[in-house]
Amino acid sequence: MSLQHIYQTYETAWCPGCGNFGILKALKMALEGLNLDPHGVVILGGIGQAPKTPQYIECNSFCGLHGRAVPPAVAVKIANQQLKVIIHTGDGDSYGEGGNHFIHNIRRNVDIAHFVHDNQLYALTKGQASPTTMEGMVTPVQVEGSQSIPFNPLLVALGTGAGFVARGFSGRPEHLAELMKRAINYKGYALVDIFQNCVTFNKLNTYAWYNSHVYELDGSHDTSDLDAAMKLAGEFGEQIPIGVLYEKPLADYHSKRAQLKEGQVLAGRDNDPEVIDRLLRQMV
Amino acid sequence: MYNLLIGGAAGQGIDTITGALERFIKHAGCGVLTVRDLMSRVRGGHNFSLLRFGAETPLSHDERLDGIIALNEETLEFHLKNLNENGFAVADSASQSQDPRVIKLDLLDIAKNLGNQRASGSVALGAAMKLLGVPFTREAAGPVFARHLREELVAVNVSAVEAGYEAVSQQRKPLTGLHADDLLLSGAQALSFGAMAAGLQFYSAYPMSPSTTILETLAQHAREVGFMVEQAEDEIAAINMALGASYAGARAMTGTSGGGFSLMVEALGFAGMGEIPLVAVVAMRPGPATGLPTRTEQSDLKFVISAAQGEFPRMVIALRSHEDAFYQTARAFELAEKYQIPVILLTDQYLQDATATLPMLNPYAVKQAKPEPFDGKGDYARYRFTKSGVSPRVFPGDKRGFAAVDSDEHDELGAIIEDAETRVRMMDKRMGKLELLKKDLREPEHIGDREPDILLIAWGSMDGPVKEAVRLLNEGEGPRVAALVFGDVWPLPEHSLRKYAGHAKKLINVEQNYTGQLALVIKEQTGISMDFSILKYDGRQLTGQQIADRVKKEGQ
Repeated sequence: MSLQHIYQTYETAWCPGCGNFGILKALKMALEGLNLDPHGVVILGGIGQAPKTPQYIECNSFCGLHGRAVPPAVAVKIANQQLKVIIHTGDGDSYGEGGNHFIHNIRRNVDIAHFVHDNQLYALTKGQASPTTMEGMVTPVQVEGSQSIPFNPLLVALGTGAGFVARGFSGRPEHLAELMKRAINYKGYALVDIFQNCVTFNKLNTYAWYNSHVYELDGSHDTSDLDAAMKLAGEFGEQIPIGVLYEKPLADYHSKRAQLKEGQVLAGRDNDPEVIDRLLRQMV
Repeated sequence: MYNLLIGGAAGQGIDTITGALERFIKHAGCGVLTVRDLMSRVRGGHNFSLLRFGAETPLSHDERLDGIIALNEETLEFHLKNLNENGFAVADSASQSQDPRVIKLDLLDIAKNLGNQRASGSVALGAAMKLLGVPFTREAAGPVFARHLREELVAVNVSAVEAGYEAVSQQRKPLTGLHADDLLLSGAQALSFGAMAAGLQFYSAYPMSPSTTILETLAQHAREVGFMVEQAEDEIAAINMALGASYAGARAMTGTSGGGFSLMVEALGFAGMGEIPLVAVVAMRPGPATGLPTRTEQSDLKFVISAAQGEFPRMVIALRSHEDAFYQTARAFELAEKYQIPVILLTDQYLQDATATLPMLNPYAVKQAKPEPFDGKGDYARYRFTKSGVSPRVFPGDKRGFAAVDSDEHDELGAIIEDAETRVRMMDKRMGKLELLKKDLREPEHIGDREPDILLIAWGSMDGPVKEAVRLLNEGEGPRVAALVFGDVWPLPEHSLRKYAGHAKKLINVEQNYTGQLALVIKEQTGISMDFSILKYDGRQLTGQQIADRVKKEGQ
């Protein structure tokens, strides 16, 4: 029997009652449940409260720039496909500052899991509207209430061709851990948008609000049905579904590239000077 | 040494004719340097290539022409004024020009009769080759055109060159020389091969002139050599991807021009803070903003040495020539890894796009950099304080430790800190590497007189033109001239500068910008001031002759 890997966690700087605790707990459950060696796991984040996650759990970490978690994440996987690559970052980071990377990495379809801590506002900068802030919510900047149409990450992901789209809630860590496991095991880009209450700044979408609005999808939903998934992704009223909305096998980035499809690892590799020499001689 | 101009509109095949002629010249044994003057459009406009060739590979182009291939009337209108008295211009018989130097041939009709009117440029090429003494054989011509054209177009173009060759009589002695076995590369290609030889595993970039040819060259060879090229969604993604790959243990590079680099700047600072080795190519074009997209300038020096908030160690190497582009690119990888810093390679449109003959490059002479090893003793910490300031690296997947990187100020383990003491120690650790790096600096190349009256100061691609200028100036009886041409520009190597500046009566900086940026850096770093500046900022590279003329006229 192989060793059971345990993930050590550290003291955090999050507010008591923050949804991030449930997400960190679910992550630990997922990683231990999959029995992944922490040395083979890389967690990347941008800037915000969510991207501090890599600081609080023992594995390889990459705490980068605001909005820029996804580009280095895909490059880590391209450089060494033996690694499990996971992003923990916020809604502002993923859908605002990093919106362009979000769209184009769905298209790129590198095998990474993207966990978005979606508390529907900017918490680190003290409560301004984020792309997912509900219309009408008053903030220190949106003083008359947010007047932009909220961004729907699930519809965008489905519409852009993502093969794995799910939503979870930090208040249901066991349920969330199962979503995370499926996302990590999915071969390709996997999005899990995770509702997370912000106890300090979001007085609208509270723990109680999420808890009373979300319902867990059951076996009656066919996760291979794109139309059904789109319909569920559009549900954002009294009832908001959580669970896997869509899962479909797609050819991932590595399987389409000769340099990678045999499992080649670029990290630590040298180029053969004989090959370079031959190519140079063609330029004579 | 001959000068030939091939001019026409975009889409008329100037590239093909230029590429073929370069090969024919090289087959004859001559060295060649071709500069490209392109408008930023895919069709129409006025574009030209300027080929200079002779027994030696030219150091610089020259405006005075021995021949012109005019694919349209505009070419004659613009360039006949630069044609030598005994020069020639090959044009179609429909040309209105009354100039006796214009040789009118039925280029279009000949090509049409051969079966493809678009081969008319090759007819003109054949005529020009004969007039200049460039040998032609059908056997040699086939493979030359096969490099540039689809298979079905090769035969008609070979016949077109032959027809043009036979339509005129030879004016000059056949060319000879010792360059037949040279490489023929653009600066961008030389740079790309340098990166491959240095063990490049990951290149990410967003297309932007004049850096795009690096992206194309690397993409062309990625599969065979076995590395990855990724076209990013924007420049911000491009540099952040390269940082991710480098963090994971793959040698990584990104490339762009000034506009794209402006977007990359935050991540450049991250490379400094995170101590992530990175090579970033900045291929300069005239700015600001969109500027002159397809032309040349050296106006980003001060930008790249100070880009990004905060203070961190970086190195900037300006590429001087084709051969230099290969070896310095390789060296950039070595230094980026050795000091775990970003190294910027500054090049420009002139060098990127200019093609030249050069001796075979040696990929076996290039070291593929190895990361600072972890000896496995004690607990691993990514930012361990060491005597040199360089901390051992482990990569994700290594069971001896965890790889960490943090854009926040951090402790040895890479965890966020805010305390003053750790902050100061970490700043000292990072900035201390800059002092060590100074020992690896290369002094500028000294050219010309050992005790000069006039000392020219230049950098990067001004190398060739300045060398030619020094030679021209020292041919006469006037004041003795020398030059220092900087490759490493940041940190600034000061030794040779102080030595020669002390001897010379007059210091003249020669730069392709408005403000004299290297002179400003020299003044700031050493207190040494220039007496005079030769500056050009019209998007066209100075020639050796232009520099020599200006030194004679204004600089003495």
